[in-house]
Amino acid sequence: MWRFIAHRVVYTALTLAAVSLVSFLIIQLPPGDFLTSLAGKMAEQGGDLDSASLAGLKARYGLDQPWYIQYWRWITGILLHGDFGQSFEWNKPVSELLWDRMGMTLLLSLVTLIVTWMLALPIGIYSAVRRYSLLDYVVTFLGFIGLAIPSFLLSLALMYILSRYAGMSVGGLFSPAYVNAPWSWAKLVDLAAHLWLPVLILSTSGTAALIRVMRANLIDELHKPYVQTARANGLGEMELLFKYPVRVALNPFVSTIGWVLPHLFSGAVIVSVVLSLPTAGPLLLSALLAQDMYLAGSFILILSALTVIGTLLSDLLLAWLDPRVRYQ
Amino acid sequence: MRLTPIPDAGLGVPPVPRPAAEPQDLLFEVENLKVHFATDDGLVRAVDGVTFGIPRAKTVCIVGESGSGKSITGRSLMNLLPHTARIVDGHVLYHPEPGRTIDIGKLDPRGKPIRALRGKDVSFISQEPMAALSPVHTIGQQMVPVISRHLKLGRREATERAAAMLARVGIPKPAERLGSYPFEFSGGMRQRVCIALALSCRPKLVIADEPTTALDVTTQANIIDLLVELQEESGLSILFITHDLGVVAEVASDVVVMYLGKVVERGSVEEIFHDPRHPYTRALLRSVPRLGAGRDTRLAAIRGMVPSPFDRPKGCDFHPRCDFAIAGTCDVTAPPDVALGGSRSVRCVLPEAIRPPVQRAETPPSSTQRTLRHG
Amino acid sequence: MTDATATGGLSPPRRKLVELGQWGLIYRRFRKHKLAYWSGFIVLAIYAVALFAEFVAPYSSDRYNPRYIYSPPQMLKMFGRDQNGDLALLYVNGYKVELDPVALQRRFVIDESRVYPVGFFVKGEPYHLFGLIPAERHLIGPVDPDAPMYLWGTDRLGRDLLSRTIHGTRISMSIGLVGVTISLVLGILLGGISGYYGGWADQAVQRTIDFLKSIPTIPLWMGLAAAIPDRMDPLLVYFWITVILSLIGWTDLARVVRGRFLSLKTEDFVMAARLDGCSRQRVIWHHMVPSFTSHIVASVTLAIPAMILAETSLSFLGIGLKPPVVSWGVLLKDAQSLLALTQAPWLFLPGIPVVVAVLALNFLGDGIRDAADPYS
Repeated sequence: MWRFIAHRVVYTALTLAAVSLVSFLIIQLPPGDFLTSLAGKMAEQGGDLDSASLAGLKARYGLDQPWYIQYWRWITGILLHGDFGQSFEWNKPVSELLWDRMGMTLLLSLVTLIVTWMLALPIGIYSAVRRYSLLDYVVTFLGFIGLAIPSFLLSLALMYILSRYAGMSVGGLFSPAYVNAPWSWAKLVDLAAHLWLPVLILSTSGTAALIRVMRANLIDELHKPYVQTARANGLGEMELLFKYPVRVALNPFVSTIGWVLPHLFSGAVIVSVVLSLPTAGPLLLSALLAQDMYLAGSFILILSALTVIGTLLSDLLLAWLDPRVRYQ
Repeated sequence: MRLTPIPDAGLGVPPVPRPAAEPQDLLFEVENLKVHFATDDGLVRAVDGVTFGIPRAKTVCIVGESGSGKSITGRSLMNLLPHTARIVDGHVLYHPEPGRTIDIGKLDPRGKPIRALRGKDVSFISQEPMAALSPVHTIGQQMVPVISRHLKLGRREATERAAAMLARVGIPKPAERLGSYPFEFSGGMRQRVCIALALSCRPKLVIADEPTTALDVTTQANIIDLLVELQEESGLSILFITHDLGVVAEVASDVVVMYLGKVVERGSVEEIFHDPRHPYTRALLRSVPRLGAGRDTRLAAIRGMVPSPFDRPKGCDFHPRCDFAIAGTCDVTAPPDVALGGSRSVRCVLPEAIRPPVQRAETPPSSTQRTLRHG
Repeated sequence: MTDATATGGLSPPRRKLVELGQWGLIYRRFRKHKLAYWSGFIVLAIYAVALFAEFVAPYSSDRYNPRYIYSPPQMLKMFGRDQNGDLALLYVNGYKVELDPVALQRRFVIDESRVYPVGFFVKGEPYHLFGLIPAERHLIGPVDPDAPMYLWGTDRLGRDLLSRTIHGTRISMSIGLVGVTISLVLGILLGGISGYYGGWADQAVQRTIDFLKSIPTIPLWMGLAAAIPDRMDPLLVYFWITVILSLIGWTDLARVVRGRFLSLKTEDFVMAARLDGCSRQRVIWHHMVPSFTSHIVASVTLAIPAMILAETSLSFLGIGLKPPVVSWGVLLKDAQSLLALTQAPWLFLPGIPVVVAVLALNFLGDGIRDAADPYS
C-alpha cells in the first residue's frame, strides 16, 4: 500500500514538472519575447517603456539567458515566492488575478462532479440491470444527444431560451448587487441561484459519458461467475447486485476521475466564456487573445496541476476501494 | 468392427417407459426436462427431454462435449439458468428426505423458497475458480454471510465455521486466510476455497461443473480426491459435469452421456465403461489415451463436429458422425430411448446397442463398493 | 459459458459464414444495427455535401447583400402564383422592412404578397467544381438569380446562412478526417512500438500518453492555437489547428493499437508465423495489422466527431479558424452574444449539422465496434 502511494506521488511530481514545462513552452510560443510585445503595446497606447525598467524586467526574467535558465527563474519564482509573473494586460501581478478565479473554477467543477456522479451512478445501474427497457433506451438516446451537443451550443441555447421565454437574466455567478459584497448567507443563496445553469450544462456530457461507462462495466460484471456463485448461495437479486457487481463496477467508475477532471476543466473554460462567469475561462481567453502570456501560462499551469493532483487523489481512492490495486 | 446394417432394426421396439426407481433411493429425479433458449438466431433446445436420477450419497457424472447441454442440465437442478433460458417442460424433483418432494422446476427462480435451497441444500462449484469469487471482497466477507444466513448462526459462530471449513479443505492458517482476497490464492487453493464455500452449509447435493478443467493435472487429482473424501465423510451426493472420462472412471457411480441436449446413454460406471452401447459412447471411450497402448496405436477422434443447435440433423442427432448409421433409418427417424433394465437406457436403434445386457464375469475390484443398489 | 450456445459446429449454413471471411461477418453483424446502418448513410450524405458544396449551396460563401441584413429564414412553399400570375411549383416569399416600435430598429419580415419561384438545377453564380470544372448550375436556387432566397436567413452582412453552412461542411468535416489521419499515423506507430517491443519503449509511450491525457484539452489547445500568428495563410492555420487537435487525438488510438498488439502477440497464429521464420516486419504487417483493422476503423470513426467538436469549440472561441475561412465553428461564433441571438435566433442553425454529424458518426462508430468485436 505505502509502496503504491509513494510510487503514485513520485509519478505525480514528475507529471507536474512536465506540466510546468509545457506551460512555460506555451508562454514562449508567440513570436518575439513578451517585452517586445509589451513595448509595442505601450507604444500603441502612446506611452513609452523607459530603458531602465526594460532592463530591470529583462534581468528579472533572465530574458537574455538560455531558455532553461528562464524556465528555472519562472518556476522557482512560483514555488518559492508564489510569483507567477506580471500581467501586462492588467498591469498587476498574475497571482492577484489568479486565485479568485481559480477558486470559482474549482467550486464550479466540484459541484458539477458531484451532480454528475449522483445522476450517472443510479441511472447507469438501472440501465445495466434493466437492459433494453424503455428507460434504458431513453437514457441511452439522451446520453448520445448529451455527448453530441457541444457545451457552448447548449449554453447558448439555454441562455437564449431562459432570457426569451422565462425573462431571466442569465450569465455570471452573482447578481450585480453581490459581485463585490463580502461573503454572506444571502450571497451564497444568490450564488446557488446562478450556479445551477452552468452546472447543468457542464454535467450533461459528463453524465452521459459516465452512464455509459457504468452501464458497460456493470453489464460486464453481471455475467461474471462470481455473480452466479452469489446466486447459487441463495442471495436475493437486489442484495446481490449491490454487494457484488455494483461494488466491483465502481472501481473503473472511480478511475474515470482521471479523465473526467480534465474534461470538466475544459468544459468549464468554454461554458464560462459563453455565460461570462468569473472563473478562469474568460480571463484565460482574453489573456491568450491579448498575448498576455504570463497570465495565460499560469492559468494553464494551475488548471493542469489541479487535474494531475485530482488524478492522484482518484488513484488513492481507487487503491482504497480495490484491493487488487493496493497489493500490486 | 462393422455391424451388419439391418434396415428396420429396432424400429418395432416401442420406447419402454423407465421403470420407476424406488423414491427413497433418489435425492433428485430429473424427468423429461426441457430447457429452451431464446436467442437472436432462433430457439435453441439446449436440454431436450433429459431423464436421470441422483441417488443419495453417490456421484453421478454427466459426460458430453461442449454444446451437449450438460452444464444447463446441472444448473436446472437449482433452477439457476441464464435469463434467456426457460424450463419449458419436465420436472426436477428434489427429495430432501424420503417421502418429501419439492419440484424445483416449478419454483419461481427468483423467489424465496428456491433461494432458501440454494447454497443450503444444493450448492455449486464452478469451472472457473479464478472468477468464481468476487475480486474485491475477502474470503470471509463472502463466506460468513452465507453461513450465517443458511445455518442461522451468529457472526462469530459463522466465522468459526468458515475457518473450520477452510481448514477442512486443507488451507493453512484458515482464520487468517479469511481476511485474504481471492487473488492472493493460487488456482488450486482458490478452488479449495470454492469447495469450502459450497460445502459450508452441509448441502445434500453439490453440482460440480468441470471443477478441475482450469487447473493443472496434479492439482486436479488433489481436488478430486478432496471431493471424494468429503463425500465419504458427509454422505452428500455429487453431480459431476465433465468431459474428462478419466475423472468419470475415478469418481462416478452412475454415468449420463449427453449429446446435443439429449441423453444418449445411461448406466452404472461399470456398464458404461465395460459394455458401452451407443456408438457415441464407444467413440468417446476410444478417444481416451491409455497407458500401455502400443506406441503405434492412434487415438481415435470422433469425426466431424458437434452440429449447430440451430440446424440439427434430421433423424438421429448423431448419425452424420456415426460409423454405423443405417441409411434410410438413422437419417430419417429420431431413435427412441430404449430401457435396458435398471437405470440403463440407450437412445439407438442398432441391434448391437439394444441387445440385453451381458452378465460380466469379472468386475473391477475398485468398483465393488460403488455398485448401485438400485441398478 | 453456456455450452448450448457455444458451438464449434460447422454444418452447411455455418460453413457459409466462415467463407464470408472476416469483413463479410462484420458487415452481416453491422447490418443488424439499424441505427448504425442508417447513420452510415447520413455520414456519406454529409461528406457528399462537403465534396459538392459549390453545387449544393444556392450561393457562394461570401456573396453578401446589404439590402437583406439579418433577414429571417423563409419557408419553402408549394404551388403559388408569381407577379405575372404564372404557377410556381416551389416558391419563397419576399421580405419587407418593418420598424420595431420598441427597439426602434429596422427589421425584415416575410412579405406574403411577394412570390419568388424556386427551382432545382437552376442557373446561378458560376463556380468551379473541385476548383477545376466550370459550372453554374446549383442544386436548388431562385429561378431569378437576383431574387432573395434565404432558407436559413442571413447574417449581419446579408450573407445566406444556408449556403455558408454548406460551404462550412467542407472544412468542418475534413478537419476531422485529416486530424484523424495524423492521429492514426502517430497512434499506430507509437502504439505499435509500445505494444510490440514493450520494455522501456512501452513505458516511455505510456507515460507520454498519461501525461497528455492529464492536461485539460481546451486550455492546452487554446494556448497552442493562440500562438498561431494572425496573419498566417488560412490553409496553414487549418493545417496547424489540425496538428494541434491530433496532438491529443493520437493517444486513444495508440492505446487501442497497443492493447491489440499485446493480446495478439500471444495468439497462436502470430506465434506460428514467427516460428515459420517470418520476419518481424512481415509478422506485423501481414499477420497482426489485418487482424485488428476492424478495431482501428471503429476507433477512427469515434475519433472524428471528437475532432469536429474540438474544431467547432476552438473556432467558436475565436482562436481556431478565423474568417474568411468558413466552418461551422466560425459561423457559430456570430451567435456568441445574447444580443445577436435575440435579434437573429437563426444564427443557431449551423449548430444543427454539428449535432447531426457528431451523432451519426458516434452511432456509426459504435455499430462498427460492436460488429467488429461482439465480445467487447
